[in-house]
Amino acid sequence: MVLGKCRGLVNNIRARIGMIRRQICSVGTSSVNLKPNVDMPLFPGPQSQWTERLELIHPLSYNRIPIYRVMDREGCVLNPDEPQLEKDFVEKMYRTMILLNTMDTILYESQRQGRISFYMTSFGEEATLIGSAGAIASNDLVYAQYRETGVLMWRGFSVDQCINQCFGNCEDKGKGRQMPLHYGSKSHNFVTISSPLTTQLPQAVGSAYAYKLAKNGQCVITYFGEGAASEGDAHAAFNFASTLKCPVIFFCRNNGYAISTPTHEQYGGDGIAGHGPSYGITTIRVDGNDALAVYNATKVSREYVLAENRPVLIEAMTYRLGHHSTSDDSTAYRSVDEVKQRDSLDSPILRLRRYLEMKGWWNDSKECSWKEETRKNVLKSLARAEKVLKPEWKEMFRDVYYDMPSQLVKQMKFMEAHIEQYRDKYPVDKYMNPV
Amino acid sequence: MAFAVWKACMRSQVKELSIIVRSPSVLHKCITKRYIEFKFFPEKPLEEDETTSMNLCQAINNALYTTLINDSTAIVFGEDVAFGGVFRCTLDLQKRFGKDRVFNTPICEQGIVGFGIGCAVAGSTAVAEIQFADYIYPAFDQLVNEAAKYRYRSGNEFDCGKLTVRAPWGAVGHGSLYHSQSPESFFTHAAGLKIVIPRSPFKAKGLLLACIQDKDPCIFFEPKVLYRAAVEDVPVREYTLPLGKADILVTGDAVTLIAWGTQVHILIEVADMVKDQLKVQCEVIDLVTVNPWDMETVCNSVKKTGRAVVAHEAPLTGGFASEIAAVIQEECFLHLEAPVQRVTGFDTPFPHVFEPFYLPDKWRCFDAIKKTLAY
Ligand SMILES: Cc1ncc(C[n+]2csc(CCOP(=O)(O)OP(=O)(O)O)c2C)c(N)n1
Repeated sequence: MVLGKCRGLVNNIRARIGMIRRQICSVGTSSVNLKPNVDMPLFPGPQSQWTERLELIHPLSYNRIPIYRVMDREGCVLNPDEPQLEKDFVEKMYRTMILLNTMDTILYESQRQGRISFYMTSFGEEATLIGSAGAIASNDLVYAQYRETGVLMWRGFSVDQCINQCFGNCEDKGKGRQMPLHYGSKSHNFVTISSPLTTQLPQAVGSAYAYKLAKNGQCVITYFGEGAASEGDAHAAFNFASTLKCPVIFFCRNNGYAISTPTHEQYGGDGIAGHGPSYGITTIRVDGNDALAVYNATKVSREYVLAENRPVLIEAMTYRLGHHSTSDDSTAYRSVDEVKQRDSLDSPILRLRRYLEMKGWWNDSKECSWKEETRKNVLKSLARAEKVLKPEWKEMFRDVYYDMPSQLVKQMKFMEAHIEQYRDKYPVDKYMNPV
Repeated sequence: MAFAVWKACMRSQVKELSIIVRSPSVLHKCITKRYIEFKFFPEKPLEEDETTSMNLCQAINNALYTTLINDSTAIVFGEDVAFGGVFRCTLDLQKRFGKDRVFNTPICEQGIVGFGIGCAVAGSTAVAEIQFADYIYPAFDQLVNEAAKYRYRSGNEFDCGKLTVRAPWGAVGHGSLYHSQSPESFFTHAAGLKIVIPRSPFKAKGLLLACIQDKDPCIFFEPKVLYRAAVEDVPVREYTLPLGKADILVTGDAVTLIAWGTQVHILIEVADMVKDQLKVQCEVIDLVTVNPWDMETVCNSVKKTGRAVVAHEAPLTGGFASEIAAVIQEECFLHLEAPVQRVTGFDTPFPHVFEPFYLPDKWRCFDAIKKTLAY
């Protein structure tokens, strides 16, 4: 049913594109059938028409790209595109949002208590993450920025796994080498996060190209903030994806701030969605607090990128309710009132809950018991992960290269002898024993 | 693919290539291109190998051809590679393998390397070209923060070992600031990357194939002054040469000379001069892989000779000769008869009309050896 609707939409887009292409071709040049005295522009750049009217194009002469939504802030569906999802599916969306929110609250606090070194919450962006994660296939490859824990959770990455990574204990897939929150998991098709902003965008494009050649029916989605979109790598990625025709979804979380920098200091145009058409990228702007709208937009984008081997840009408008990270106090650059107001007026979690309640699929007692259960589980994971030993210190030297070069072997042996001699100066007991 | 068919393909490609060989007679001859002056010393191929004469471009082209024909996931891309590349290294590859596998990208180096990393992460063998090594810096972040650290930071969950970045490298006689650079030492400081620089067509084919097949991301710098000037017999078959292994090209007992790329040929010539004029025998080593480098071969040689001269075109301060010199003094301290000499470019940008005065040419190398011997 939903799929049918998406196909309809994709076909619709195709038909429209076909029409526009035909129009362009009829005005543009074609070196094959050029007649010498036909007065049309011959430049090899964008195909266009002459004008004799002297006119500067002002950015406001375009309409701003509208924000697509399915339901209003009360969770009432306004739009015939209601995705008609199964009860269990929407309930899973909601439960995952609560789980993410609960884990964020507890891990944020545990950082405040000095138990983990760093943390970043996703407060306010839960619908953006879960709505999109629900709409892609579990074997589509995800490249994330860092505020996308919800996507990984949707795929079944457990609270234990998250917390192991935050502690860098020996059960962390990353072997304790990166800061907290830099998750990654091959089995969840979620490429390991790195701190340098936006580097993942051209990489996602490359992976999408490889998938296209492999004809494996999978696509790639990459998440990034509106701040990250200012990096050169974003430009590179949009342009490569468009010219090399890659099945990639660019998913921008526009949450209003990049650390302290508000969007009007980040860009002067029509947000991030505004970039899409200029790169030749099919684009949509969506209400990021509306899980159903995000779901629909991502679903139709996925169909489109796979059918057309072309990229899509989704800009999800949302608001970063939490501080940027545990190293940031956001009251230094925005008022507590602003945050409170946004939270009370437009909560993505509350909106989905109201939708569920209207369907008769959720109630207070379910809410209480799920919240209690998740809280207990997260606390249990935390207590457990904290006690697990760190990986053996020799892991510091492994995986730099596929094989350890002789100079690195030498450095490891040096450290071994050093630790032997100065054992009491190093926290060796907290680490696994070298094998 | 059946081996016979594959071999036939290889032969016919090699035959096509041989048409482009301009003048095989340049072998052994002194090649002067503007002010850059050096002799190219070709290798002697194995008796049993079927070979054909190739210049460096053709050897690279042949390695890429071999990769594309053997590995269906392999792709070759960069600025202007589709029509054959500004140095003709990718000539006819698009015609043979199609636009999906050999293609132009937009002009954006950070995009090229980022894209290549992503291809490699998703299982493609990605061979990216940066048009000149001088223009690799926009991709510095992708190479140093991303490619180099991919395997490590993910605990080996993900890697981009199937990425190779090729770039024309080194002085060319008139390249000035931005068509002459030797940026290898910027990258040797980033653990996780392999940096390889061939000295000849034979080495180029075997080493490029080794880089492409290696499980780590590699940067392959091609001495562009050798593209046409260096011609020698190269085996038709597929072969790889080991990474991380230096070559002793001339054996000797008086002083160890170390270089890579074009500079190797200068040191071979200088070793001849030293033999003629000073009546002693130098040992000449091509480092081949700048990182991780072959300390053992270098240090064993210096322990034998007691003297070392390291030469490279790149500037002195922070150049890779500093690393080599430091390791030599650490490992061979009791064997050293003289301080390790570094003969390099000066700590200036690479100049246009002053190139003859800038490069560590044979006279500067000769003089350094003389001083070392007299110490
Ligand atoms: C290349 C680079 N420059 C700067 C930083 C420091 N930094 C980390 S997060 C951040 C802000 C990113 O904002 P945005 O993309 O809007 O994402 P959000 O945090 O709002 O989710 C900055 C500047 C970095 N990690 N990488």
